[in-house]
Amino acid sequence: MLAYTIYISFFGALVVLLMPKGSRMAIRTVALLCAIAGFALALTAFVQHGTGELTTVALAPWIPSLGIHYHLAADGITLCLVLLTGVVAIAGVLFSWNIEQRVNEFFAFYLLLIGSVYGVFLSYDLFLLFVFYEIVIVPKYFLIAIWGSTRREYGAMKLAIYSFVGSAMVLVGLIAAYVVAGSHSMDLAALASYRYPLHFQMWAFPLVFTGFAILAGLWPFHTWAPTGHVAAPTAASMLLAGVVMKLGAYGCLRVAMTLFPLGLSSWGFHVLGFGSWRDVFAVLAVIGILYGALVALVQSDFKFVIGYSSVSHMGFILLGLMTLNQIGITGAVVQMISHGLLAGLLFGVVGRMLYDRTHTRELGKLGPMNLSRALPFATVTFVLAGMASMGLPGFSGFVAELMILIGAWRVSPLLAIGVGLGIVTGVAYVWRAMQKAFFAEATTIIDPHPPAPITLPEKLGTGLLLASSIAVGLYPQMVLRLIAPALNTPLFSGLHGGGW
Amino acid sequence: MSTNLLALLPELVLTITGVLVMVLEPVIPAGKSRKPLGWLAILGSLLSGLAAFYQLQIVNAQGTLTAFYSTIQIDPFSIFFHLLIAAVVLVTLLGSLDYFESPITHAGEYFALVLFGAVGMMFMTSSVELLMVFIGLEISSISTYILAGFRKGRATASESSIKYFLLGSFATAFFLYGVALIYGATGSTSIGPIAAGLAITRTPTMAILAVAMVLIGLGFKVSAAPFHVWTPDVYQGAPAPVVGLMSTAPKAAAFAVLLRFLFNGTPMLHGHWILLIEILAVASMCLGNLGALKQHDVKRLLAYSSIAHAGYLLVAFTGTHQNAVAGACFYTATYAAMNVGAFLVLSQLSGFSERIRSIEDFTGLALKRPGMSALLGFFLLSLIGIPFTGGFFGKFYVFSGALQNGHVWLGIVGLANSGVACFYYLRLLAAIYSRPTSDSVAYIPVRKVTAPAAVALAATALATLGLGILPNKLVHLVERATPTTTAAVAVQPTQQ
Repeated sequence: MLAYTIYISFFGALVVLLMPKGSRMAIRTVALLCAIAGFALALTAFVQHGTGELTTVALAPWIPSLGIHYHLAADGITLCLVLLTGVVAIAGVLFSWNIEQRVNEFFAFYLLLIGSVYGVFLSYDLFLLFVFYEIVIVPKYFLIAIWGSTRREYGAMKLAIYSFVGSAMVLVGLIAAYVVAGSHSMDLAALASYRYPLHFQMWAFPLVFTGFAILAGLWPFHTWAPTGHVAAPTAASMLLAGVVMKLGAYGCLRVAMTLFPLGLSSWGFHVLGFGSWRDVFAVLAVIGILYGALVALVQSDFKFVIGYSSVSHMGFILLGLMTLNQIGITGAVVQMISHGLLAGLLFGVVGRMLYDRTHTRELGKLGPMNLSRALPFATVTFVLAGMASMGLPGFSGFVAELMILIGAWRVSPLLAIGVGLGIVTGVAYVWRAMQKAFFAEATTIIDPHPPAPITLPEKLGTGLLLASSIAVGLYPQMVLRLIAPALNTPLFSGLHGGGW
Repeated sequence: MSTNLLALLPELVLTITGVLVMVLEPVIPAGKSRKPLGWLAILGSLLSGLAAFYQLQIVNAQGTLTAFYSTIQIDPFSIFFHLLIAAVVLVTLLGSLDYFESPITHAGEYFALVLFGAVGMMFMTSSVELLMVFIGLEISSISTYILAGFRKGRATASESSIKYFLLGSFATAFFLYGVALIYGATGSTSIGPIAAGLAITRTPTMAILAVAMVLIGLGFKVSAAPFHVWTPDVYQGAPAPVVGLMSTAPKAAAFAVLLRFLFNGTPMLHGHWILLIEILAVASMCLGNLGALKQHDVKRLLAYSSIAHAGYLLVAFTGTHQNAVAGACFYTATYAAMNVGAFLVLSQLSGFSERIRSIEDFTGLALKRPGMSALLGFFLLSLIGIPFTGGFFGKFYVFSGALQNGHVWLGIVGLANSGVACFYYLRLLAAIYSRPTSDSVAYIPVRKVTAPAAVALAATALATLGLGILPNKLVHLVERATPTTTAAVAVQPTQQ
């Protein structure tokens, strides 16, 4: 049934495209129904699936002579991320309820993006995974280039080029892996069980990992992310930060680390204190955490604050992966879910609730508008979301960051200190943005045009995202029960080394 | 039917139709539509495609056919290219049937020249004798020289034609010189005997030089860098449907000759020519893509893209024999589908006058011509190499072949290039789908898309899509297309 998440989204895209131009309401409703259907399927599978072990969803030969199959499968990690996609997809439609321009095309691209994201998460054949991974780029590009705001063509192009270069690196690595293993199969399990020579893994791992990590906002290849997020329309930035960046992190874990686990082992020598690719990427991840947080601290554009905070939070995920112990990697997956929900929410507040009403994102201009009075709902939402993203207990961010912190501590206390500094800076930039935008010294002049009240779709979307984050925060076992068994399947056995 | 006739059946059909078109042309009074001639040409190309298909049945049943003292060899390899060329010609003719509905009176020549060009191209792919290849090359080249200048009275058209002719003649001279040298080195100009002669030759240096000469000559035809300088100017001046044709079919034929010559004729020199191929491939990919970045004229942009794609195709040559043939065949087919499609859209949009040419002219096009824009967008996505299009699978197939043979750095260079390439394709795509800046779209005259053109567009789009979603059929076909040299070697004594 889970395969229908993809089909429904693609079919919905087609339907929306063919609907008459004027019927905006009908188009939105169809898009919403598709998103809800995907969510319902994901939720059913999520609830029914008890163990988190791998189950095949669909399997058919595609290009038999090259060993390429249409193979969809789901394990616990997949299920969590598919459910995340479902939640963010619904929220995204609700937050773009006010799109008036070229509605057909907007929602067609939107659903195409959603469908491809489901496809990446569910693919178990690497060729198929790559196909979906590349398709994601197209709607992403158009959503920003057509419906975006600030420097949208620049942002869209930058994002597309970074994505293409990243996926080109991935493709080289995948083809090399396929060829070295004897060109029989592109199946993930088959390739992951092949024992690649050490020297091959030593160059293939960084290639594929970096290729995927570009999309996950790895410092210093993160620069597409803030500009892309800022240029994108609200729903697109929600998806971009919420799920698309997760595709990169997912690829790192699912493909790079399972195929080439030896690529993480020691080089046997030290360069500037780095003894392995693992050291390199872990340090880059910590730099990303700190750099993103510090840059977010000095931004004057509200959306750039959120954009850089995404870079910082994605750094947590990459660091969690590089801990190579169960708690760290589990934390990374929880952080994918948590950041997916919270980034969606934060972009929703800034892009939809504030920008669409006030037409500015300058913190300095938002302050005098006395928004805490004018838009109390937005204020409360941002305070809650901000607290969640700081990592306060009770929200999903806390669970994730704690696990990553413990995982990092086990590897090296130095890393954990870096992470701790990042968390503190995180508190600072959220606090600063909150204070400047919502609780600044209000001017005495009463705005003759008070912003329109928050609409029902916005409230629903907010509720959905917040509730999900709190649910994961209060009852993390809900996702942990699925993630842990998935990490103990043979697929990840290459990672089960000393520190596991 | 005698074997000789059977072996030349598709070419014969095309020649007869071409001559008929030429003969009938003066019969139609001036000022009357030349469309019936176009239909005749279409019928001819359709029949020649069927003839090639008939050959396939025979070859499947009886094995490889040889004819004319084994200078012509009909095997799955040559039939694949016959079918491809026939298809490209058919689609081009359908698409340009209404292209000349203006005071042009020499449209009949156009149809005949397209057919004659196709004869030459087909001939090239089935010849295993380099002198015959040369004849085919000349037939096809001379036709395309004239076609390039078909928008008479325009300076760019004359420039296009003259430039193509001068540089083209120069290149064919190189080819011929290479053939002469290889005769000197091996005592033969036939693929099989060349391979045999190379084993015992006492002048290997001369043979290497000969291979280099042949590579230069054919490198020009496929517009591989550094022999590519003519491409942008010629494509810019030539009529759009002709560019679609000449950027695909003659290139396919030249690639077919290269495949046969290098892998069947000079496998002993593999170590030498592989280096040249690598240099050509890297240069073409890099120069093509970098050159395209700065282009404003869409036809020039696509010309540079065509140079880059020649580079991707040359990457296929670095695989093993079977991989190289399969990869190159698949890529020529997909490239033909998407590039002919893209130029058909251009020709439909701007017509014979070609008023819409720069990227600025395309700004906001989607609002006025949504269908055409979607099609052009689709072909551009395929040229980028987005999944579910032929372009993606073609690239995957070619690069996996190269990597399989250990050319990792070539794969990295190639795929990094496709990252660069997305910039200029997306720039055009972005222009099409962005809001019109000024009156850029307003003055575009809307030409109605006629039924034949619609069929042609649909065929190219479906082919591009089909090759992307279900490449299996074609992969299966091209994997067994590897040509052999057995026949040519066996009948050597008859040449006394």
